[in-house]
Amino acid sequence: MRLSLEWLRDYIEIDISAQELAHRLTMAGVTVENIEKVENDAILELDLTPNRGDCLGIINVAREVSALTGKPLDIPQARPDEIDERIEEYISVTIESNLCRRYGARVMKNVRIAPSPVWMQERLLKAGIRPINNVVDVTNYVMLETNQPMHAFDYDLVEGQMIIVREALAGEVLVTLDGNSRELQPGMLVIADAVKPVALAGIMGGESSEIGERTTTILLESAIFDGTSIRRTARKVGLRTESSMRFEKGVDVGGVLFALDRAARLLEILGAGEVVQGVCDVYPHPQPRTTIRLRSDRVNYVLGTSITPGEIEGFLKKLDFPVEVRETDMLVDIPSYRPDLTIEEDLIEEVARLYGYDNISSELEPAVPTHGYRTDYQRFQERLMSLAASRMHQVITYSFINQRWLDILEVPQDNFLRNTVKVANPFSEEQGIMRTTLLPGLMEVANRNMARRNEDLTLFEMGSVFWPQESEPLPQETLMIAGLVTGKTSGGWQVTGSEMDYFYLKGIIEELLVRLHMLDIKFSPAAPDHSYHPGRTAVITSGGRQLGTIGEIHPQVLENAGIDKRVCAFEIEVGKLYEAASLHYQVQGISKYPAVKRDLALVVPEEVNADELEETIKKSGTELLTRVDLFDVYRSPQLGQDKKSLAYALTFQSHQSTLQDETISTIINRILQETARVHGARLR
Amino acid sequence: MRNRLQQMEKTAEERIRAASDAETLKNIRVEYLGRKGEITVILRGLKDLPPEERGAVGQAANRLKDRLEELIESRNRDFNEQALQERLLKEKLDVTLPGTPMVSGGKHPLTLVIEEVENIFLGLGFEIVEGPEVELDYYNFEALNVPADHPARDMQDSFYISDEVLLRTHTSPGQVRTMENKNPGLPVKIIIPGRVYRRDDDATHSPMFHQVEGLYIGERVTFADLKGILMLFAHKIFGQEVRVRFRPSYFPFTEPSAEMDVSCVICGGIGCRTCSNTGWLEILGSGMVHPNVLRAGGYDPEKVTGFAFGMGIERIAMLKFGVDDLRLFFDNDIRFLSQF
Repeated sequence: MRLSLEWLRDYIEIDISAQELAHRLTMAGVTVENIEKVENDAILELDLTPNRGDCLGIINVAREVSALTGKPLDIPQARPDEIDERIEEYISVTIESNLCRRYGARVMKNVRIAPSPVWMQERLLKAGIRPINNVVDVTNYVMLETNQPMHAFDYDLVEGQMIIVREALAGEVLVTLDGNSRELQPGMLVIADAVKPVALAGIMGGESSEIGERTTTILLESAIFDGTSIRRTARKVGLRTESSMRFEKGVDVGGVLFALDRAARLLEILGAGEVVQGVCDVYPHPQPRTTIRLRSDRVNYVLGTSITPGEIEGFLKKLDFPVEVRETDMLVDIPSYRPDLTIEEDLIEEVARLYGYDNISSELEPAVPTHGYRTDYQRFQERLMSLAASRMHQVITYSFINQRWLDILEVPQDNFLRNTVKVANPFSEEQGIMRTTLLPGLMEVANRNMARRNEDLTLFEMGSVFWPQESEPLPQETLMIAGLVTGKTSGGWQVTGSEMDYFYLKGIIEELLVRLHMLDIKFSPAAPDHSYHPGRTAVITSGGRQLGTIGEIHPQVLENAGIDKRVCAFEIEVGKLYEAASLHYQVQGISKYPAVKRDLALVVPEEVNADELEETIKKSGTELLTRVDLFDVYRSPQLGQDKKSLAYALTFQSHQSTLQDETISTIINRILQETARVHGARLR
Repeated sequence: MRNRLQQMEKTAEERIRAASDAETLKNIRVEYLGRKGEITVILRGLKDLPPEERGAVGQAANRLKDRLEELIESRNRDFNEQALQERLLKEKLDVTLPGTPMVSGGKHPLTLVIEEVENIFLGLGFEIVEGPEVELDYYNFEALNVPADHPARDMQDSFYISDEVLLRTHTSPGQVRTMENKNPGLPVKIIIPGRVYRRDDDATHSPMFHQVEGLYIGERVTFADLKGILMLFAHKIFGQEVRVRFRPSYFPFTEPSAEMDVSCVICGGIGCRTCSNTGWLEILGSGMVHPNVLRAGGYDPEKVTGFAFGMGIERIAMLKFGVDDLRLFFDNDIRFLSQF
């Protein structure tokens, strides 16, 4: 809101600079965002919080300045001189809806429409309002002064000498001042005459009773309309005016008559017309005065200060609030222009801001020492995050996705991934549903990067996926960790980069699981999954418990997504990882005795899985076999069709003694026997 | 005999000095000091000498033996030294060549900031609590003193799932949930980090972003405590040199309310584009918890006071790291991410 300093000076003496004033207002809660210098004047741009709608009126800002500087207010006296005709002969007002709490009206005759004086036009322009004519300008001027929106009707165009404040009837139409025809609905508050609506209450007047050159008698309106209703109606018709904005924030019900008299008086002074005697004031349920009980003990209890009751009273007096001091507390009368003050805490804030927030000391002594700590699960997540981040770059993507990703991922219609939580009011399809898998975000990031020639990527994300729940209003949120790799490792001048394939990603995940002290980790061939390459995907388990999936993304999915390079991905449920991991673990002893290494190459049929063969070797190798490391996989025509050779480096070690060759040979023989029996393996 | 020994010494010395490599030296050693070496033979033949000669010859021979040993040793050392130096020279690398690149990863900058914020508050005795991202309207608004149709709701345009369920617009719902769980226990001292959602999408706003909000209530937790803790936080996260100020403001869930500014970390307070020439940056909102919110949590405002606060993580990250475009955080370009 734009406030002219020169105008403000009409109501209060200001002997400090614009900067100083702006600073003091800001530190008191009325934020001045900007000071614009114009010739002979400075315009303060106020950024008001929702509770200080009163400061949209300059006189109320002057009240603030008075409270801060102690200078007295100089509010203009408003009573106009009236002619000898009574307003009752001109108009009657009925309120038929409780969306209007008060309606005040005055009538002026022998009105001469003319431009308003230059000084008024200038002030309006500085506030961002376009001057039109003396009558309209005065209504706007008084609105800016008092925060009371006003409207003027051409009295002769109001039919039936009556004003009815009511809700619109279905089918009624009103052409507003901007020339647009509006279809009205019940729930919309209108000002109507005997026949038709003449204004959209609190928002915009109607064209039919617009003030024009031929206007000779006017009806001035100063009224209070319900903010919520105004807001809804304004939204529906797509209008937002200076008037509607003020009603939304709240207008002072006690200021209706002052504004009316002020407008009439101003027009009178400008020679624009004569004021008919009397005011029509329909106020069916007068608002009782608000009184708040304030305890000085409580002020200091909440603020941590030692402000005396006398000082508190002083602050309240600066604000012009009448105070009745009693034994242990005070009763404070709240003027109607501060509807934001309703409870004791609101007054505590008033005291605090006048005392100065910066004057309140800052303590650092907690009464009760508390222990800040992370829970086991939180520590686990932290550890997981650090381990993952040592090998992959963490990305953060939106929790909502475009529905079409489920198509890109080839998810079948009856698959559980399609059971999604839908967003009712997205901007676009991009926020259509809450994600049920982390893959879309990752693949989008990969795609974007690849389009920019960032082709070597190791990415992961840790975030929630969402499932609707049967008898619960809130969805289930499951924390997942997922990632992908694509492209090559960085080579260098010594080493060429190699493709980050399934085994590369598997290496990362294996390391992660080992570092989390997971036991009995297995990667088993997975059942066909729509999003993954059926021959290159594994299910990850620990102790038989399923943790997640890892595999190459299905070529069809890659094609759908417009990605032309191989991509490998993994998805793991963090909760399941947590259950399987050990945060507390015991260390194994190291043997004093030397280890013995032997190589063993076995030729097996193609369909034998490496982990099964290894399992057999380990079982038959006894506890003396401490390591089984695969170092080569070999195929050649000499080996035979559909055969492969797997070469292992076996490590034997005892905790009791140095191992003899004989012992080892016996064990190796047993390994050969077992692998031959179970898998048809033979020594190469 | 003595002459012969002298002669041998001279020759041997010359030959040792002239030896050009360790192999030659070895041969010389064998010749003189080996099992069939000349000096060895002499020493063995001492018993065949007349007794009056044995002493002198023996002494001379032994002395020569020692002397040659020493010379050979010394020469050997020279050779070793030389060989070592040659090897070192040959093994010279251009150490300025690039090192072998390692697999690297990294945490997202927003995660780094959240962790830093968490650690500061853990150190102040706060616990960390998490709440659901999809929330009931009740916990997101009503219980926080924001009734339906309240203009304050404009400040938070929301994504809805149904009439009563929405994507949380702040992490404050967790405050009420925690109070419900903990009451009547005191103090309640928590921070709630997490993703939040607002229906806003332009150059300076993202539909999803991150917040850390906090709550500290007890039998006597005052505005002075609010100032103390938040000032300490500001200094920890932005450095001891920043100045801090509190301004009255408005939030439906706190009263009195305050906004905390720090002196602009970019220009130091002189005024620049980042701080719109004011010299101050707004960092977080805070205030004493509104009595209605305390009641919603099951606490009696007459017996319990405390404060709440909230900050946007993206904003802090942008200031700390000098990121000028919010969208970079969600674009996830690897060239951006690998800088952290």
